Amino acid sequence: MQFPESWLRNLVDPALDTAQLAHALTMAGLEVEALTPAAPSFNQVVVAEIVSAAKHPNADRLRVCLVDVGETMPVTIVCGAPNALPGLKVPCARPGAKLPGIEIEVAKVRGVESFGMLCSTRELGLEGDADGLMVLGAKAPVGEDLRNWLNLDDTLVTLKLTPNRADCLSLQGLAREVGAITGAEVRFPQITPVPERIQDKLLVQVSDRDACPLYLGRLVRGINAQATTPRWMAERLERSGIRPLLAPVDITNYVLLELGQPMHAFALSRLKGGIEVRMAREGESLTLLNGETAELAPDMLVVADASGPVALAGIMGGLPTSVERATVDVFLEAAFFAPAAIAGRARRLGLSTDSSHRFERGVDFGGTRAAMERATQLLIDICGGQAGPITEVAAGLPQRQPITLRLARLKRVAGIELDADQVARGLAALGAQVERQEDRLIVTPPTFRFDLAIEEDLIEEAVRLFGYDNVPAQPPAAPSRMLPQDETVLTDDALRQMLVDLDYQEVITYSFVDPAWETTLDPDVRPLPLANPIASQLSVMRTTLWGGLLDTLRNNLNRQQDRVRIFELGRVYTSQAEQPLRVGGLAYGDAQPEQWGAAARPVDFFDLKGDLERLFGHALDTRPGAHPALHPGQCAQIWVDGRAIGWIGALHPRLVQAFGLAAAPVLFEVDSQALRQRGLPRYASLSRFPLVRRDLAFVLDVNTPAAELLNALRDAATEQVRAIDVFDDYRGKGMAESQKSLAIRVVIQDTERTLTDQDVEEAVEKLVGAALRHCNASLRV
Amino acid sequence: MRNPNEIVAEALTALQACPDLPTLEQVKAAYLGKNGQLTELLKSLGTMPADERKTAGARINEAKQAVEAALKDRRGALQQAELDRQLAFETLDVTLPGRGLAHGGLHPVSRTLTRIQALFRSIGFEVATGPEIETDFFNFTALNIPEDHPARAMHDTFYLQDGALLRTHTSPVQVRYMQDHRPPLRVIAPGRVYRCDSDVTHTPMFHQVEGLWVDESVSFADLKGVLADFMRNFFERDDLPVRFRPSFFPFTEPSAEMDIGCVMCGGEGCRVCSHTGWLEVLGCGMVHPNVFRHVDIDTERFVGFAFGLGVERLAMLRYGVDDLRLFFENDLRFLKQFN
Repeated sequence: MQFPESWLRNLVDPALDTAQLAHALTMAGLEVEALTPAAPSFNQVVVAEIVSAAKHPNADRLRVCLVDVGETMPVTIVCGAPNALPGLKVPCARPGAKLPGIEIEVAKVRGVESFGMLCSTRELGLEGDADGLMVLGAKAPVGEDLRNWLNLDDTLVTLKLTPNRADCLSLQGLAREVGAITGAEVRFPQITPVPERIQDKLLVQVSDRDACPLYLGRLVRGINAQATTPRWMAERLERSGIRPLLAPVDITNYVLLELGQPMHAFALSRLKGGIEVRMAREGESLTLLNGETAELAPDMLVVADASGPVALAGIMGGLPTSVERATVDVFLEAAFFAPAAIAGRARRLGLSTDSSHRFERGVDFGGTRAAMERATQLLIDICGGQAGPITEVAAGLPQRQPITLRLARLKRVAGIELDADQVARGLAALGAQVERQEDRLIVTPPTFRFDLAIEEDLIEEAVRLFGYDNVPAQPPAAPSRMLPQDETVLTDDALRQMLVDLDYQEVITYSFVDPAWETTLDPDVRPLPLANPIASQLSVMRTTLWGGLLDTLRNNLNRQQDRVRIFELGRVYTSQAEQPLRVGGLAYGDAQPEQWGAAARPVDFFDLKGDLERLFGHALDTRPGAHPALHPGQCAQIWVDGRAIGWIGALHPRLVQAFGLAAAPVLFEVDSQALRQRGLPRYASLSRFPLVRRDLAFVLDVNTPAAELLNALRDAATEQVRAIDVFDDYRGKGMAESQKSLAIRVVIQDTERTLTDQDVEEAVEKLVGAALRHCNASLRV
Repeated sequence: MRNPNEIVAEALTALQACPDLPTLEQVKAAYLGKNGQLTELLKSLGTMPADERKTAGARINEAKQAVEAALKDRRGALQQAELDRQLAFETLDVTLPGRGLAHGGLHPVSRTLTRIQALFRSIGFEVATGPEIETDFFNFTALNIPEDHPARAMHDTFYLQDGALLRTHTSPVQVRYMQDHRPPLRVIAPGRVYRCDSDVTHTPMFHQVEGLWVDESVSFADLKGVLADFMRNFFERDDLPVRFRPSFFPFTEPSAEMDIGCVMCGGEGCRVCSHTGWLEVLGCGMVHPNVFRHVDIDTERFVGFAFGLGVERLAMLRYGVDDLRLFFENDLRFLKQFN
């Protein structure tokens, strides 16, 4: 909402300067978004009349003008404007004047002395036609300061109003508010009924009374639609961001701004029969004032005549019945359309009008008749004509119920005791009826307040008028209770920090991705599509974090990063019920940053598996698997507690190519829930006896996974066996091609005694036997 | 008998000339060894007349001791030299960088979220999360935003098929939390939220932290106290000016918008604060009774306040980031500035 400060000051004029007034509005919840001067600063510019204009003796395109500036003698001014003709009233900058970007002095122009400058709108920094001199009307008083004459020392105020404050979408409402918050006296517009000079009426029928609880119509005949809109009105409209068009339209717009009542004027000659307010029928359409044709839905309220809809009620009038220059008789409409009947419709049609904006939020149904009278009066004053009686169809207007405001409750919610009388006075200044009782106020809200329905609404008003800033900020008192800390579950923060310590940089990528990424990573996946994506490459919900990670990799490679290690902790989305939080990681380039003390080598599967094992805090059960995005020979499914919880592997060569990469990154993605689980430490007594280490080299089939051998050995191990680990995987020279050798370290120890050679031999024999039985693995000789 | 003193002199010269320990051992053998000169001399004592034997023996022993002492000194010197050489050889250029992995870093949004959570946890707020694909009920209806309410238009919602939507704020977690927990409650809910909006100052995804405190005596004054405390601690500025302005949110009443004095210009006015000296940092208010009704909390017995703050906004102000979009471009050169 934008309006000129001068208009508001005309209704209420608190002893505050512009900045203070703006601050008061902002702190009352009517946020002032901008204060803009109505005109750039300039001075010493007066209204002048060109007395004579002769050709410059030394220049074809210049004229030497004698100009009346309101002094005893006219002054000589050289001017190059083609419209510098005698009789014209124009702005004249006197010597010493400061205009935007230029200072005016007495100067010789091609040998002729010039005492000032005649100005175009552009030279003054005003809006309008830049060609030629700015033309002032014949009524402009010669010698008058231009800023005074055009009321240029004004400020345009732009408010960012919250949707609950529809009552402040008018100057009258704003004035009331300013009165309530500053205590200044408010001069509301005085409106009296217009005498009826004719008896003509148009039949009005309201078929949907819930949607249209009040409809006022009135005929005004014999107007001159071409009458000039008065300068004061045009100026207020322009400074409120509305372009003056045609007097009757300007008048309805003016009433909308002044009183907040949207109105419409129909050209009577274009209406067929009476008026019906009803819901649109299937298949109906209407060409609107903006020239667009709207296809109407059955939940849209229309004003119709015998031929069909003529206006989209509360939103926009129809083009065919609009007032034109030649219009003589008009039908004025002022109605209250229920917010629920208007809300959302304009938006669906891609419209947002001053009218729909107000009706959606609530228009003062107590002021409809006053607005009709005001518009009629202005119309007759400006365009002439004679008014008929007002036709009113009213039923089921909203009722404003009294609300109880308990003073104790007010104190409890606000946290401070407010003076009850002051609260009562404030609410009354806002237009409410207030009855003061012992421990409570009984408050009946005014018709223009759609946001006051319950006690809390009044509490807000009371605290708002008191000033939010005047409520003390106090640290709350609450019983001290410790927060639970589950020691067996890692927090997100801890997980992130572990990854950071493992040299991964955290990234955050969009939850919606390019569908092509999804299907490239997994041709069978069916990601959830957005119904209204902002771009096609952000149109489906991700089912994996890898798309975002690969995209991040690609973008950073383009920025000359050659070693990329990144992770993301975020959700993937398979359905509304399934939005698991996952941890995904990617490493590309060298295993370590290039450094003097270590040979460079590319990062590989086991680097990331090692990272994951450090992350999980234990050895990982990884099983060969097939994932469409991963290299079939360098891909594993990760199992924890009998559940597959993620994947790790090198990107499939096909995808390396699809993503335009020079080498394959290694990726992992695991369920964060599984990653979070930690055991609670449990003490076991320490052995005081020596431990024995035996290294066993087994020869076995090259395709038998190490895990199979380890599992067989661990199953067969006696209690004394403390650890069984692989320390070498050898293939090649000295081995058959179908075989490999796995070197296993066995650590044996007893908690009660020193082991004998025989104990050790027995334990090893068991292991060797199991290796042979389960994996066909024999000791290397 | 050869004069032992001559032998000593000769031995001392030889010892002094020894360049290393093996040579030293040879010299030792030549004088003190089984067939060394002084040993031979001692052996020759037997052939001497008895009266001379005693004096000669004493002289030889003195000589032997002199050589042994010199040998010890020389051996010590040579060992020290050897150690010095070894140490010199093993000396590292300790100014070279260390070996191994580098370190990664948190995304600035995570870093900020962690900080926010730590501050609120320190006064007893729990942390809760909720789904990002939400229902209309939790995102709007339960928060007192009925269908066609103008407030919905401010939300620019992303919809999925079958009416599900991407939550436009973290406020639905309030409702879910209150369904599962009974007051008194103190909880914050951080997370991703989505709005169908993308330009220089908007990204379609961003992060919020929702906060909720419900108890028998929680007031607007408390709300102001907690949030002012938070902002001053977040920015580590005890003198940070704050102000609260009336505003409108369907799920709070009274509602307020909180401003802090511009941390960029100190309130002088700059581009970041649009020359107002103030920055809008969060929305808040007392929980609307209709919200409590949806979760069966007695509005006569309990009062509560709620707030929602934008994480990227706070991160930008804290670290001086001037372009919101940088957070989701994931340029490592940007991200590593926060490590």
